[in-house]
Amino acid sequence: MDLAEKIKTLVPGAEYVESGDGLWKIPSEKLHDFAKALKDELHFDFLRSLTGTDCGEEGFGVVYHVEATDSGRQIVFKSVTPGREKCELPTVSDIWKAAEMNEREVYDYFGVEFLNHPDMRRLYLRDDWEGYPLRKDYDMDKTREINPIRMNNEVASDDSPSYELDERGNFIRKRHVIFDNDEYVINIGPQHPATHGVLRFRVSLEGEIIKKLDVHCGYIHRGIEKMCESLTYPQTLALTDRLDYLGAQQNRHALCMCIEKGLGVEVSDRVKYIRTIMDELQRIDSHLLFFSCLCMDMGALTAFFYGFRDREKVLDIFEETCGGRLIMNYNTIGGVQADIHPNFVRRVKDFIKYMRPTLREYHEVFTGNVIAQTRLKGVGVLKREDAISFGTTGGTGRASGWACDVRKRHPYGVYDKVDFKEIVFGEGDCFARYMVRMKEIEESLNIIEQLIDNIPEGEYQLKMKPVIRIPEGTYYSAVEGSRGEFGVFIESKGDKYPYRLKFRSTGLPLVSCMDTICRGAKIADLIAIGGTLDYVVPDIDR
Amino acid sequence: MKKPVIKSIPYEEFNNNDYLERMVKQLRENGTNVVLGCLDDVINWGRSNSLWPLTFATSCCGIEFMAVGAARYDFARFGFEVTRASPRQADFIMVAGTITDKMAPVLKRLYDQMADPKYVVAVGGCAISGGPFKKSYHVVNGVDKILPVDVYIPGCPPRPEAMLYGLMQLQRKVKLEKFFGGANKQMSYKEYEKLMEKDLTADKNELNVEQPDMSK
Repeated sequence: MDLAEKIKTLVPGAEYVESGDGLWKIPSEKLHDFAKALKDELHFDFLRSLTGTDCGEEGFGVVYHVEATDSGRQIVFKSVTPGREKCELPTVSDIWKAAEMNEREVYDYFGVEFLNHPDMRRLYLRDDWEGYPLRKDYDMDKTREINPIRMNNEVASDDSPSYELDERGNFIRKRHVIFDNDEYVINIGPQHPATHGVLRFRVSLEGEIIKKLDVHCGYIHRGIEKMCESLTYPQTLALTDRLDYLGAQQNRHALCMCIEKGLGVEVSDRVKYIRTIMDELQRIDSHLLFFSCLCMDMGALTAFFYGFRDREKVLDIFEETCGGRLIMNYNTIGGVQADIHPNFVRRVKDFIKYMRPTLREYHEVFTGNVIAQTRLKGVGVLKREDAISFGTTGGTGRASGWACDVRKRHPYGVYDKVDFKEIVFGEGDCFARYMVRMKEIEESLNIIEQLIDNIPEGEYQLKMKPVIRIPEGTYYSAVEGSRGEFGVFIESKGDKYPYRLKFRSTGLPLVSCMDTICRGAKIADLIAIGGTLDYVVPDIDR
Repeated sequence: MKKPVIKSIPYEEFNNNDYLERMVKQLRENGTNVVLGCLDDVINWGRSNSLWPLTFATSCCGIEFMAVGAARYDFARFGFEVTRASPRQADFIMVAGTITDKMAPVLKRLYDQMADPKYVVAVGGCAISGGPFKKSYHVVNGVDKILPVDVYIPGCPPRPEAMLYGLMQLQRKVKLEKFFGGANKQMSYKEYEKLMEKDLTADKNELNVEQPDMSK
C-alpha cells in the first residue's frame, strides 16, 4: 500500500503540507498511536531528528523525522500542542529512545510538557532559569535582567518530574527517583580530563560497578539556534564551524546544502569535488584526534604525540587553502570561499603516501597492545537495536552492525561516484568502535585518492544574490559528519532570516545511550566507553 | 629599568611593554632591600620557567591548546611542562573556550581552588568578550567579569604561535613580581582580613550552597 494512503487510514485527520520538503500534520491526540503504528507496522525504527518550533497562535509544534532502516523510506510529520497555554504532547520516548533527550531539549527550549515522559527536567539550562528561550515571545532585550549570571552552585536534584493525565483528564505531576538516598553517587565532571570537554556525569556505584548513570549537559550551551534566528543566512554559516569543531567542514557543508536545497541551486561539479575531499580530510583529522585522545585517556601518551604530529599535516593542507587551521570557514552558499591552492593536489598526495604506512605503525604501537585489548574488548556493548533506537549514527552505530552511513543512505557531494566500503563491525564493544574509526581513515584515504586527480574545471563560487530568501517551507539536509549524521533543519517563512534553524547533533544520541551501555561496567571502563563514543561536547550542547 | 628577559625574543618586539614598566615603577616606589630583591629574582626565575597550566578547555580553543602541548609546538620548551588535572597543583588557568552561565560558577570554584600565586589567561574571542556568541542568552561576555585576567590572547581560535606568545607575556609578568612583601597579592591586607572573618562567621546559606526548594 502507498505510504500516503496508509497514513490516511491510520489517522483520518492527517493532512499533507507541500511547502519545502513536505510534511504530514498529525493531530496531537492521535500522535502516540500513529507513532506506535509507524514503528510496529511499517518498521520506521530510526528517529533521525526531533525539532520543536514556535507555531505562533496555534501553540508549539514538534517535527519528527523518521526513517525505516530496512527499506530506507522516510516520513516527516508534525504535531502541534492544543494551545500556547496548554502546551502538552504525548511522549514518543517509549517508542524511540532517541526521543528521550530530544523531548527534554524541546521542554527546555519551548516548555512543551511531554505526557508520560519519565524525566521532564531541563536538559541544558539550569533548573532555576526563568522562561523558555526559544519561544518567540521570550524577551531577548531583557534576558540579562530576567536571567542574570547566577554564581551560586547549582543543585542537582535526585528525582525528576513527569506529567501524566488520569482518565478524567486531570493533570498529575509525579516525581521519579533517579538516585535513592542510600545510593553511593559520585560526580564526574564538568571539569574532568576524560570527559572531553565540559560534560558531567553522576554515577551511582556498587563497589566499582556502575548501577546507573545520569548525564548533565549544558555547560557549553551557547544558544546557537536562537542566535541563528536573528542572523541572515550567510551569517549563520559562521557558527556551524564552532559546533563540532572536529567536523567543521562537514557541518558547514550540511548547512550550505540545506540552504542551496531551499533556494533550488545546484553547485558546480568542481565545488562538489572540493567539498567531498575537504570532508574526508576533516574526517581523517577528527579520527586522528580520536585516536590520540583515546590513547591518552588510557595512559598511552606516546600515541597522543603520534596522532597530533600527523594531524598537523592535515591542518597544514587546510591552512594553505582555507586560511584557518581549526575553524576553516570554507564552504559558502553556492560554492567555497576560495579556489584550492596550487599546492593542494601535491600535498594531499604526499599526505596519502605518508599516512598509509603510519597507520600500520599506530596499530603496532597501540592496537596490538595487551592492555589496550583487555580494556577495550567486550566493554560497553551497544546492541544493534539499541543503536537504532537511540539513533547513534556514525562509527558507534556501525560498530554495532548498523549500516547507517549517510554517504551511502542519501549520497550527496560526489559520494555516488566513488567506490568505497562502508565499514561495519558487529560486536558493538569499545574495540569495534575503535577499529571502525581506524579503518575509516583508510577508506577516507581511498576516497580522496580517487577524487584528487579528477577535480573538474569550473566555477568555485556561483553568483548569489546579496540578500538570500528561502521560499516558505521546511527543509532538512544531512551529511555524514566525523561522528555521525549531522543534519540541518530549516523552517523558513520566506524571510531573509530563518524562522527556526535546528542542528541535529551527532553527539546527543551518543551521550543518551551512555546510561544503557555503562550499566554493569566498571567505573574505569567509563573512560574507555566515553573515549570510544567520541563525542564533542559543544556539538551536544549547541 | 629592569627588563624582563625572554632569551629568544628581544624586549622591543613584545607588545604592551608600558604595562610592565608601570609595574616596575610601582614596585620601585615600595622599595626592597638588596638581599630580598636578589632572592626575588631567583624565585621568579624559577617560577616563570615552571608554570603549570590546569587542563581546562570548554570548546574549540581547547583543541588548539592541546596542539600547543603536542609535538610540533611543544610548550614544554618554555616550562609549561605538565598540564595538571587538579586545580590544587596548577599555577595558572587557560580559559580556553566559551564560558556559559551554567559554567560560570564552576569556573569560579576552580579558580578559588587553585593555590596562590595564580594567574588567568583568557584564550580566544569567547573568553575575552563572548566572541561570536556575544548576543546569546547563555554566554558570559568575557571571563574578566568573574575572574581577574592576566593575559588576553585574541583569536578565534588563536594560532598556537599566538598562544605561545601570550604565555611568554605571562612569564615576563611573573619575572617582575615581588614575592616578598605581599606586592603580588591581588587584594590589600585589610580586604584579606575581612574576607577571612567573613568565611569564619558565615553560616551555611552564605557559603554559596543553595538549599533545595522542597515546595516544588
